[in-house]
Amino acid sequence: MRALYHFHGGIHPPSNKTQSTLLGIAPAPLPSRLIVPFHQHAGEAAKPLVHAGEKVLKGQLIGLPDGFISSAVHAPTSGTIAAIDMQPVAHPSGLPNLCATLIPDGKEEWIPLKVIDYHSLSPAELQQLLRMAGVVGLGGAAFPTDIKLRIGKQKINTLILNAAECEPYITCDDMLMRERAAEIVQGAEMLRFMVDAGEVLVGIEDNKPEAITAMQQAVTDSGMPFEVVSIPTIYPGGGAKQLIRVLTGLEVPSGKLPTDIGVQCFNVATTYSAYRALAHGEPLLSRIVTVTGNVRQARNYEVLIGTPINELVALSEVLPDSNSYIMGGPMMGLPLPTVHVPVIKATNCIIAASEKLFPPPPPALPCIRCTRCVEVCPAELQPQDLYWFAKARDFGKAQAFSLFDCIECGACSYVCPSHIPLVQYYRFAKSEIHAREKEKQTADSARERHEFHLHRIEREKQEKAEKLAAKERAAQAAKSGTTGSAAPNEATDIEVRRAHIRELAQSHVEHSKE
Amino acid sequence: MAAIAIVLGAVLGFAAIKFRTVGNPLADKIDAILPQTQCGQCSYPGCKPYATAIAAGEADINRCPPGGEEGIRKLADLLGVDFKPFGGDTNAPKPKSVAFIDESTCIGCTLCIQACPVDAIAGAAKQMHTIIAAECTGCELCVAPCPVDCISMVVIEEKITSWKWKYPAFALTPAK
Repeated sequence: MRALYHFHGGIHPPSNKTQSTLLGIAPAPLPSRLIVPFHQHAGEAAKPLVHAGEKVLKGQLIGLPDGFISSAVHAPTSGTIAAIDMQPVAHPSGLPNLCATLIPDGKEEWIPLKVIDYHSLSPAELQQLLRMAGVVGLGGAAFPTDIKLRIGKQKINTLILNAAECEPYITCDDMLMRERAAEIVQGAEMLRFMVDAGEVLVGIEDNKPEAITAMQQAVTDSGMPFEVVSIPTIYPGGGAKQLIRVLTGLEVPSGKLPTDIGVQCFNVATTYSAYRALAHGEPLLSRIVTVTGNVRQARNYEVLIGTPINELVALSEVLPDSNSYIMGGPMMGLPLPTVHVPVIKATNCIIAASEKLFPPPPPALPCIRCTRCVEVCPAELQPQDLYWFAKARDFGKAQAFSLFDCIECGACSYVCPSHIPLVQYYRFAKSEIHAREKEKQTADSARERHEFHLHRIEREKQEKAEKLAAKERAAQAAKSGTTGSAAPNEATDIEVRRAHIRELAQSHVEHSKE
Repeated sequence: MAAIAIVLGAVLGFAAIKFRTVGNPLADKIDAILPQTQCGQCSYPGCKPYATAIAAGEADINRCPPGGEEGIRKLADLLGVDFKPFGGDTNAPKPKSVAFIDESTCIGCTLCIQACPVDAIAGAAKQMHTIIAAECTGCELCVAPCPVDCISMVVIEEKITSWKWKYPAFALTPAK
């Protein structure tokens, strides 16, 4: 048995996971239309490659990664692109974003798939394959997997498969491990090969005994020296930093990445899709989504990316008193602005909510400084101070109190006896700070451009004056010149011009130095 | 005593040369707070001259509409003076916008190019001009010189990439 460690704080909300694990994963039927956003991942949006009216095959690249942190987007099935336009998407703002609307033809015609032997390729080539297969973190953050595999000079001692799935209601990783453990283990070996890790640990919370057994069996069958570790159930034990702490006892320092201490984490579903991408050449077209909450039959579905959520929840028969939907779990999830938004790569769970299931929180009362939030904060912050600073818009102080180490898990709001929506204050402060940094950058570039503008005007004035002076000199020389030969005149003219060019080059160099 | 005086004098003399302050550090600090629109609404020809004037105590801190009230607050903080609301003679702050050239009307006169303080207009004589929107500071200096009135200011709309989380506010529901 491996010695396990604890992280600070944590809470035990009711797990509500059993409802959706009674039945196996069901493939969701082909929807009437698919809406595929070009920005489903962290980083830059993908660049559209197709036009309205174009016929596409299943797995065809329709969005090219654009920028260092970006990922590809593919057609989830064969059919015709009906439109490329702004559509409502799952985003807290409720603002629309660029999407491709695909009308399926029902034939499910694949592009020719390339099967490769991953041992014959270098890690860099494999990373490129994953980038072009659109593989991103499926735990919820949708961070491009290829970027997480680019580790530079750091030595990775431990590769961790994150299967904690600590948030209530969500069971998609649990069901995936129960049913497809062998593929996950193969995927883990591929990721281990790419980062050249020493040991591989699979962290699963002990409220998923079936998944633990399935994974242990798959590891034994594969003969890999991986270790499946059962960890105590506590929220947010599935946070990357918290899981690393529990499994290895190491703490990721503030402002650093897990790779800086020789650890890298991948979600199990991500590992599974990396396996599909490398072993079968299949890009990321579908994912497992838990549909639960106020429904007649909670269940996990394998859903094509782009499936409208209203069509997906209809499969589980939503009960009539449902009034809203949450994407993700009840702790960190996102209340959907409308149910007519598509499933994206980050959609792990859809919860139908009703007033009975999630009663609206009572009005927030003043903070009484009870510090219960401090006791539960897994990042060891002072949530009540951060709240105070965010409320007063004192962003410098909030940053000094490590606001950016907050993982927005919501444990503080959960225990707050005054029902203060603490996480909303932290999000507000974080996005204000980001916006200010951006503004500062644009102001700095405007200042630079203005200085260059003034410099250019000055330079042009000088050039004009010099030209005039040269002309006068030439005129005088012509007057006083006896023979008035043109050749020397021309020579001086050329000399003057050369001097100009040299000066221009010099001033440009100086400016760029500034 | 004399020896100490000579030594200290030498040290001070050396420090005066070695650690000489170049430029005006206070003006630079003020300039860093100003929004760099270079719009001249403060009646100075750019942000730097305004910053220098504030540093010299010649100008008030409430003359920069693009900086907004927050800008005034920051200046007040830096200079240790009281916050002052916008004066009667300055324009009210406007939402951030960028210039837009109606390219079918543009005659290619280059007057706007000469007016732009940050060289954010591309074009040449008798050629159509266009705004490099990413570099435009929204100073409106190009609007007035245009002889055919083809430049308009377009308010920057909120996009998903520029969206910010709002300050938590809750709608009050009437008691039942």
